[in-house]
Amino acid sequence: MARTRSVRGGINKPPSPWVIALGSIAIVVFFGFPYALMFISSLKTRLEITNIPPDYFPATPRFDNYLTVWASEVDPASSLLATAVIALGATLLVLLVATPAAYYVARFRFPGRMVFLLLVLCTQMLQPTVLAVGLFQEFKGWQGYAVWAALILINAAFNLSFAIWIMQAFFASVPKEIDEAALIDGLGRLQTMFRISLPLVWPGIVTAIVFVFVNSWNEFSAAFILVQQTNLQPLTVSMPRFLGLYIKDWQYLFTVAMIAIVPVVILFSFIERRLIGGLTAGSVK
Amino acid sequence: MSLTATPSMVRDSTRRRKRSGTHAVLTALPWLVPTLVLILGVVLYPAALMIYTSFFKYNNRGIQRGDAPVGLDNYIGTAGALTFPGVPVGRILLNTVLWVAVVVLITVVLSLALAQFLNLEFRGRKALRLFVILPWACSVVMTATVFRYGLQENVGLFNRLLVDTGILQRAQAWTKDPTSAFWVAVFVAIYVSLPFTTYTILAGLQAVPDDVREAAHVDGADGLRRYWFIVLPLLRPAIAVAALINIINVFNSLPILRLLQETPGYHTGHITTTLMFEYQRALGPGVSSALSVLNFIFCLVIIAIYLAIVQPTKEVA
Repeated sequence: MARTRSVRGGINKPPSPWVIALGSIAIVVFFGFPYALMFISSLKTRLEITNIPPDYFPATPRFDNYLTVWASEVDPASSLLATAVIALGATLLVLLVATPAAYYVARFRFPGRMVFLLLVLCTQMLQPTVLAVGLFQEFKGWQGYAVWAALILINAAFNLSFAIWIMQAFFASVPKEIDEAALIDGLGRLQTMFRISLPLVWPGIVTAIVFVFVNSWNEFSAAFILVQQTNLQPLTVSMPRFLGLYIKDWQYLFTVAMIAIVPVVILFSFIERRLIGGLTAGSVK
Repeated sequence: MSLTATPSMVRDSTRRRKRSGTHAVLTALPWLVPTLVLILGVVLYPAALMIYTSFFKYNNRGIQRGDAPVGLDNYIGTAGALTFPGVPVGRILLNTVLWVAVVVLITVVLSLALAQFLNLEFRGRKALRLFVILPWACSVVMTATVFRYGLQENVGLFNRLLVDTGILQRAQAWTKDPTSAFWVAVFVAIYVSLPFTTYTILAGLQAVPDDVREAAHVDGADGLRRYWFIVLPLLRPAIAVAALINIINVFNSLPILRLLQETPGYHTGHITTTLMFEYQRALGPGVSSALSVLNFIFCLVIIAIYLAIVQPTKEVA
């Protein structure tokens, strides 16, 4: 997406450096401050963080919070495992289910295609939160580790529409002739998709995948209403347990939050460039 | 794959199309079945189940009471979703409309400005965009939790900062009062909605061809007019999509209000979605299903009104 830098008659005169500087500072402060607070707070002791009035900075930064937190009563390791299993499982499932559907819808006209696309669009309007009670009724019998399976299914199902929508736009952008050449050369449909089309639309797939992963990683409502056993709760649900009635371990809460955020931010920074194209590929044309 | 019809084939083409149509559907099925199964099983089935549940009595532990359907009792009965004593229903409905309208409107306006700025060409633009992504990447739960901590009356650092800078006389318990907690939640909801909206509009901006703006410039339009009459109309589809997805998300954003409102029970800071969870805990699946159904209809009505006003599919002239 390289934009040619040329002197165009007046419409793109270089912006004033003051505007740039002020705007940049405003953006960094506005979008950075909660996470800065999160980081600073994760380095305090419990005494420091519940001090009245609170101090801005810890006397000495307690990096060992990041080690001791694992031994705390809330057991963040099991929550992290739950979150990781659910997010990875949902992402894989979406990849398996959405890719063929998106490929087929992008490549062929068939009766019922519009109905299918409409159905997919409709699920975009529904989210686990609106259907939480129904999901509870459906999955309340899934106890033990089965609840993770339920959450994988739920996260996959509710992210499916977005993934299909993005992927089919990317598949549609690859000329049909490339596929046809492969078919004539004797590849099957499935192989054509895997060996010819997929490598070409890989960026689009990655965008869709990261989306599904991040959404599942951060999902709250369904997990909140379904997971009863504390040792099976994902991070989003288990974290408030650091705030007991008498003891409030804010510092551990933020330590875990930092640990949970870092992988996602790194993932996002990888696809940042593609976000702009990928997001609207299906919708804005 | 496709049948090319020659004039001589036209007569029996309808029958032929019907037969080849069934064939086409059968070939398509294996590719689409997994998707259909997932959508039917995990989206449509629980939706139907929810509607069904809303016509039966349950206790708060989720155990059914009696086999006979109870009609609209869960909706408007003595302890129904809309008529439960002590629940300020009118206020909560108003809150819901306010919540969606205020959050989406301010988000879109701020995003327009942000996208315009991030579309400028300068060094460090890429790093700056990463900052804008932060609230999107960090889960809503974590972001809301930071604000909850920062706004605590005694230990909250945002409170201390507000007092130290002289903006506030003394620290406030923002999250303990339903009304102030509601507006804090509005702020946080806008905050976490900005990245997605900004990125969608940014995508729209990059699709605005330079020569169109250039032509307007040659015709003597100044910057503001170029923006208002040329850029904004071309951004219409992007804005429409961003706003629609925002409406859906904001309507469903449970954790923000849930975490920022520390008042228990049926208070005046609820929206229908948070009330639904309160019912689920206190009254069981019957009444909460009833409210969920109403909530969903409410959401559809808001989307319908939005679509009627904005008409996102309308072609830009």
